[in-house]
Amino acid sequence: MSSRSPAGRKLVQAGAFSLLWVSALLSVLVLASVVGYVMIKGIPELNLSFFTTPPRGGLSGEGGISSTIVATLYLVVMTLLVAAPLGIGAGVFLVEYAESMQNRLMKPLIRIARFGVETLAGVPSIIFGLFGYALFVTLMHFGFSLLSASLAGACLILPVVIRTTEEALKAVPQSYREGSLSLGATRWETIRRVVLPSAVPGITTGMILGVGRIISETAVFYVTLGGSYRTPTSILSSGRTMALHVFYLAMETRAFEKAMATGAVLIACIIAVNLAINAVSRRLTAGGGRW
Amino acid sequence: MPEPRMRTIDYCLYYGGFRALNSISMDIPPNMITAIIGPSGCGKSTFLRSFNRMNELIPGVRVTGKVLLDGEDIFSLDVVSLRRKVGMVFQRPNPFPKSIFDNVAYGPRIHGLRKGDSLAALVERSLKAAALWDEVKDDLQKSALSLSGGQQQRLCIARALAVEPEVILMDEPASALDPIATLKIEELLQTLKENYTIVIVTHNMQQAARVSDFTAFLLMDESRAGNLVEFGPTKQIFTTPRDSRTEDYISGRFG
Amino acid sequence: MTGTVSARGRMKRLTDSAMGLVLLGSALVSVTIVLLIGLFTLKEALPAFRDIGLVRLLTGTEWRPGQDLYGLFAMIAGSVLVTLGAIVLGLPLALGCAVFLAEVAPAWVRAVVKPSIELLAGIPSVVFGLFGMVVLVPMVRGIDVPGNAGFGLLSASMVLAVMILPTIASVAEVALRSVPEEYRQGSLALGATRWETLRRVTVPAARSGMLAAVVLGLGRALGETIAMIMVIGNAVMMPEAATSNPLTIFLSRARTLTGNIAVEINYATGLHAAALFATGVVLFVLIMIVNASARALLASGMRRG
Ligand SMILES: Nc1ncnc2c1ncn2[C@@H]1O[C@H](COP(=O)(O)OP(=O)(O)OP(=O)(O)O)[C@@H](O)[C@H]1O
Ligand SMILES: [Mg+2]
Repeated sequence: MSSRSPAGRKLVQAGAFSLLWVSALLSVLVLASVVGYVMIKGIPELNLSFFTTPPRGGLSGEGGISSTIVATLYLVVMTLLVAAPLGIGAGVFLVEYAESMQNRLMKPLIRIARFGVETLAGVPSIIFGLFGYALFVTLMHFGFSLLSASLAGACLILPVVIRTTEEALKAVPQSYREGSLSLGATRWETIRRVVLPSAVPGITTGMILGVGRIISETAVFYVTLGGSYRTPTSILSSGRTMALHVFYLAMETRAFEKAMATGAVLIACIIAVNLAINAVSRRLTAGGGRW
Repeated sequence: MPEPRMRTIDYCLYYGGFRALNSISMDIPPNMITAIIGPSGCGKSTFLRSFNRMNELIPGVRVTGKVLLDGEDIFSLDVVSLRRKVGMVFQRPNPFPKSIFDNVAYGPRIHGLRKGDSLAALVERSLKAAALWDEVKDDLQKSALSLSGGQQQRLCIARALAVEPEVILMDEPASALDPIATLKIEELLQTLKENYTIVIVTHNMQQAARVSDFTAFLLMDESRAGNLVEFGPTKQIFTTPRDSRTEDYISGRFG
Repeated sequence: MTGTVSARGRMKRLTDSAMGLVLLGSALVSVTIVLLIGLFTLKEALPAFRDIGLVRLLTGTEWRPGQDLYGLFAMIAGSVLVTLGAIVLGLPLALGCAVFLAEVAPAWVRAVVKPSIELLAGIPSVVFGLFGMVVLVPMVRGIDVPGNAGFGLLSASMVLAVMILPTIASVAEVALRSVPEEYRQGSLALGATRWETLRRVTVPAARSGMLAAVVLGLGRALGETIAMIMVIGNAVMMPEAATSNPLTIFLSRARTLTGNIAVEINYATGLHAAALFATGVVLFVLIMIVNASARALLASGMRRG
C-alpha cells in the first residue's frame, strides 16, 4: 500500500550512514596524518643538546632551540601578567556587577564593553600584529622586543580570558552569593571570599587556553618580536618563539629536519596544554575546587 | 472480550541492572480506550513506550517476554513499519519547527502516500479528525510553534493520525494543558476510538474514569519494579476493585 | 564602639564601590583596544585612502611599492579564492564529521574522536604550514601543468581546509546536539528512520547554528596568515588559469591580504606602510561582515528555540 518500502528506506539509511562514517574517519585520518608526520619526522632529531643549545644561525639551521624556549616562556609569562588581571577583572565586572547596574549611565557602558569583547574575539591575529607594530614597536619606541610582543599578545588572548572567566563565574551557584550577602558581607567581599575561590578552576582553564594561544601564535610575533635567535636578556630584547623558529627554519634556511623537530616539541606542548585543561575541568566537575 | 489488538506476555524491562517492569501480561482490546494509571515512577511511560519499541532508543535497555500486535511479535516486525501502525503522542507537545502543514505532512511524505490520495486532502482529513482544522485552516503555512499548547497537542495528534495508524499511544497527553484544552482532548478521544485503539497514561483519576473503557493499575513492588496489579473494565476497577491496593490508590489512600 | 563600627562600615562600602569602578575599568579595556586598533589602523591608512583613493586601492591589480602602485585586487582575489577552495574541500568533511559525532557515532567512538578533533583545533598554524611545504607542495608539483611550482592556491586551500575542519566540526556539532530530543522522538515515533529524522528534522532545526559554524570557519580562513605565507607562493599576481581548464587557476601562485601585511610591514615606510594599513582595514571590514553574520545567524537560531 505504501509507495516507499521500509527495506528501501533502510538501504538509503545504510548508505547515508556509511558516508558519514567515512567522512569522520577521513577527517581524523587527515588531521592525524599531519600531526603524525611532523612527530615521526621530528622526534628522531630530538636529543638533550637540542634543548640546551641555542640556534647558531647559519644556512642549515645548526644548533638547538634553547633560546626559543626561553623566549617563549618569557612571552607567556609577560602576556599573562598583562592579560590575566585585565581579563579576570573584566569577566568579574560583566558577571557580578553588570546585571545589577540599571542606571542610565552604566547600561550603555556595559553594552559597549560587551561589544568590545565580542569584536576583539573576531579580529584576525595579523591585525593585532599590525596594531602592535604601529603602536608599541614604532610609536612607543619599544622596538622589536618581548615587551611589544607581549602587549600585542595580551590583546590577542584578552577575549579568551574574559569569556572563560565569565563562564566560570556563571557556574557558581547563586546560593553561595546569597548566603554571603545575607550575612552582611559587601558585594566585593562576597566576590573575593566566596565567588572567586570557587571559580578558580574555571578561570585557570582560561589562563591555560591563553598559554596555548601564545605558544601557537606566529603571525603577531612575526611582526613585533624581531626574530633574533639570541637568548633574550631583558624585556626590550628581540627574540623568537618556538613557533616563530619553525617558520624561520622552514622559510629562510629551509632546514626542514630542524623545523620538524621544533614542530614536534610544539605539538607536545599543545598536547600538554590540553591535558592540563582536562585535568582542571575534571577537578571542576569532581568537587568544585576546595568548596 | 474481543480478540485483543495488542498484548504483552510475561513482559519484563530492565534499565541496565534495574528492573523497571516485572512480568506484565495484559491485553489491549481493539477500538477501546485503555487507561494506564499508577503512582509516579511505577513504569507507566516505560510500559507505554514498549508498544512501539521507543525504549530501544535508550542505551542499556533490555527486555524479555513478548509484545504482540494482531498476534505478531513486534520484535520480529520491522521497527519502522511497527511505529507506523502504532503511533504515539507525547506528554509535552513536540511539533517540529516547521509549518502546520509540514508537520502533518511529515509522516505521509516519508512513508509515501496511498495511491489516489493527495497530500492536501490527507492533511485536511487529519486536522479535522484532530478537531483542529477550523482553528488553523486559514493559514496552514504558519509555524507550528506559534500555536497554543492545546493546539500544539492536537496538531501532534493530527500528525500521528496522518500516517493512518491502528493504535495510538498517549503519555499524559493533557498534563501540560489547561482544563479547557484538556476537555477538548478528552472529547476528541471519544470520537477517535471509533477508528483507533487508544492506550493512554494518565495521572488524573477522574480523567481515567471519564474517558477510558478499560483500566490497568501499575504499582511498584519492594524492588521498585512495576507490576500489573489489576486490569479490567474501568467501571469495575473504580467501583469494585478486586485488589485492596487498587482501592487504596483510587480512593487516594496512598501516593 | 558604635563609632568604630560605622566607620568600618563606611570603609567597607567605600572599598566596595572602588572595586566596582576598578573592575568597570578593566571591562572597558577591551573596548579601548578595539577603538585603538580601529583608530590606529584607520589613521595610518588614511594617507593611502587620500593619495591612492578607495576605488584604485580596491580594484587596482598592480602592487608595486617601488613605483608607488598599490592595488589590492590581486590579494583580495587570492584571499577569496583560497577561502573558497578550502570551503569546497573542507566543508563536506567537516559537516559530515559534525553530523556523525552528534547523531550517528556510538558512544565510544565519539569519546575518542571528539577530543582528538578538539586537540587538533589547537595545533599551531605554523605546523600545518610546515606540513604543507614538505608534503602537499611536492605532491601538487606533480600535476603536469606549465608554470606549476607546487606553491599556490591549491596547496594553500588544502592546508586551510584541514585547519578549518575542527572549528566547523565542533561548532556544528554543538548546534546539532542542542536540537531538543523531543523532535527526534516525535519523528521516530511516526515511523521515520534515523536517517530520515536526521535529514528532515534534526538538521533543518540546527540549520542556523550549522550555518554559523560555516561562517565562523570562513572568518578563520580569511584571517589565517602564517600557514598561507608558507605555501601560497606570495607572488603578487592575479591568479589565472594556465591552460584552457579553468580549474588550473588553483595552481597559480597568489598572495592573501593577511600575507601582504605580514611579509611587508616591517620594512615599509610612507605611502607603502599606509597602503599596508589600508590592507588591514579591508581585511578587518571583510571579517567583521563575516562575523556579524555568524552572530546574527546564531541569534536567530536561539530565538526559534
Ligand atoms: N532512561 C532511563 N534510565 C534508567 N532508568 C529509567 C529511565 N527512565 C525511567 N527510568 C526508571 O524507570 C522507572 C519507571 O519510570 P517511568 O518514567 O516509566 O515512570 P512513570 O510511571 O511514567 O512515572 P511518571 O508518572 O512520573 O511519569 C523509574 O524508577 C525511573 O527512575
Ligand atoms: Mg511518565
